[in-house]
Amino acid sequence: MSKPEKLIVDGKRLDGRGPFDMRPIKFTAGVLKRADGSCYLEFGGNKVMAAVYGPREVHPRHMQNASRAIVRYRYNMASFSVEERKRPGPDRRSIEISKVSREALEGVVMEELYPRSAIDVFVEILQADAGSRVAGINAASVALADAGIPMKCLVSAVAVGKIDGEVVLDLNKDEDNYGSADLPIAMNQFGEITLCQMDGHLTEEEFGRALDMAVDGCKKIHELQKQALIEKYGQDITPDVAQPIEGGETNE
Amino acid sequence: MVEREVVVPGDLLGEDPKLASHGTYVQDGKVYSANYGLVDRRSNIKVIPLSGRYIPARGDLVIGKVNDVTRSNWIVDINSPYEGLLHVSEFPERVDQDNMSKYLHVGELIIAKVADVDPSMKVELTLREEHLRILRQGRVIDISHVKIPRVIGRNGSMISMLKKELDCSIFVGQNGRIWLRGDEKMVDLAIRTIFKIEREAHTSGLTDKIKEYLKNELETMRNQK
Repeated sequence: MSKPEKLIVDGKRLDGRGPFDMRPIKFTAGVLKRADGSCYLEFGGNKVMAAVYGPREVHPRHMQNASRAIVRYRYNMASFSVEERKRPGPDRRSIEISKVSREALEGVVMEELYPRSAIDVFVEILQADAGSRVAGINAASVALADAGIPMKCLVSAVAVGKIDGEVVLDLNKDEDNYGSADLPIAMNQFGEITLCQMDGHLTEEEFGRALDMAVDGCKKIHELQKQALIEKYGQDITPDVAQPIEGGETNE
Repeated sequence: MVEREVVVPGDLLGEDPKLASHGTYVQDGKVYSANYGLVDRRSNIKVIPLSGRYIPARGDLVIGKVNDVTRSNWIVDINSPYEGLLHVSEFPERVDQDNMSKYLHVGELIIAKVADVDPSMKVELTLREEHLRILRQGRVIDISHVKIPRVIGRNGSMISMLKKELDCSIFVGQNGRIWLRGDEKMVDLAIRTIFKIEREAHTSGLTDKIKEYLKNELETMRNQK
């Protein structure tokens, strides 16, 4: 698509959303059998699969920390995830995203419970459509919970941007390409911001407004994340007492 | 039966920090869930996880597989991020240290007890106790360790039913490994049943459901003969 004349027409964005609307979001928890935890997320045009393995032994050995678990995060775009084929493998951009996303999640994972171990998070972008790093963080957070890893809370993330001089929530591809600012933000439910990056320019006042919109967006996403995890076990959850753990006996 | 509520990390569970127990944490005097699981509010507040790897604790009975032999230790895989160490002195017999593999070689399975776990998660195992031994026959299966309490059942009701109905020897390790021995057909059925318990672990009235299932399966088996 070539640069459209206007990105906002009559107060509506090109895909019909208002400035405060997010794209449709769908989380599905526990979709992979081999992984300890997983999540498939459709976030507008983004299709993201996150898998969590661990805690497990650290290889290579020198990476291990004697007092806590290490978190490793790999953000990877499939070669078919964008229009022009993406050359496979890590590049400058995905290494950076892996680092900031890891830092966005590390703060909530209770790493001190699992010394000398590693928690591996793999995020594959199957289809990219602006905001894939926030989609990755959202999916990874659900996958971590699904893996049974103790955390202080979930992490939710959303991008805010500026198009045609207006601050809007959750940019899509065209808005991202032709807009004038993009501000991905991740936060936990207590409102602590764990990721904040910015492309382009915003005035201080705009930044404040953008932040407020991101807080609202993250709250909505947090609800959806919770919902996805609760739905995984359906409505019929009423196990009776889990016994105080005790080994079985042989009956010989 | 009490309706159990599913919680996710960060859910507010209560206002009294004194009640905080497993799977929770306290922040600003309030109790939050630290895990994805089911809340149990009967005596204190705890969250029973729905998934997760086995983390060894002192006193656990586990089924391990010997991975390596050193001069003084057997290194045992216990289905956990941490490997178990079985020191020669914890072996029930006198051991000739030049020939450790004679007593226990790589690939052998043992029922062991976790003797100690230190803060850096060094796990020490022992075989010097009753019931603990080397497994030379039978079969071992892996299930998720969080489902183990359901396989055992309330006061062992599930496991004793399985043993009685199928006439098998079964040992359930805390680390999610289960050893079975008996008639091959019966062991097959026991394994199928255990996997069914694992799949349906979060549903209610499980023991009765499994009883019914076993009855039907045994009926079909008899008819086939």
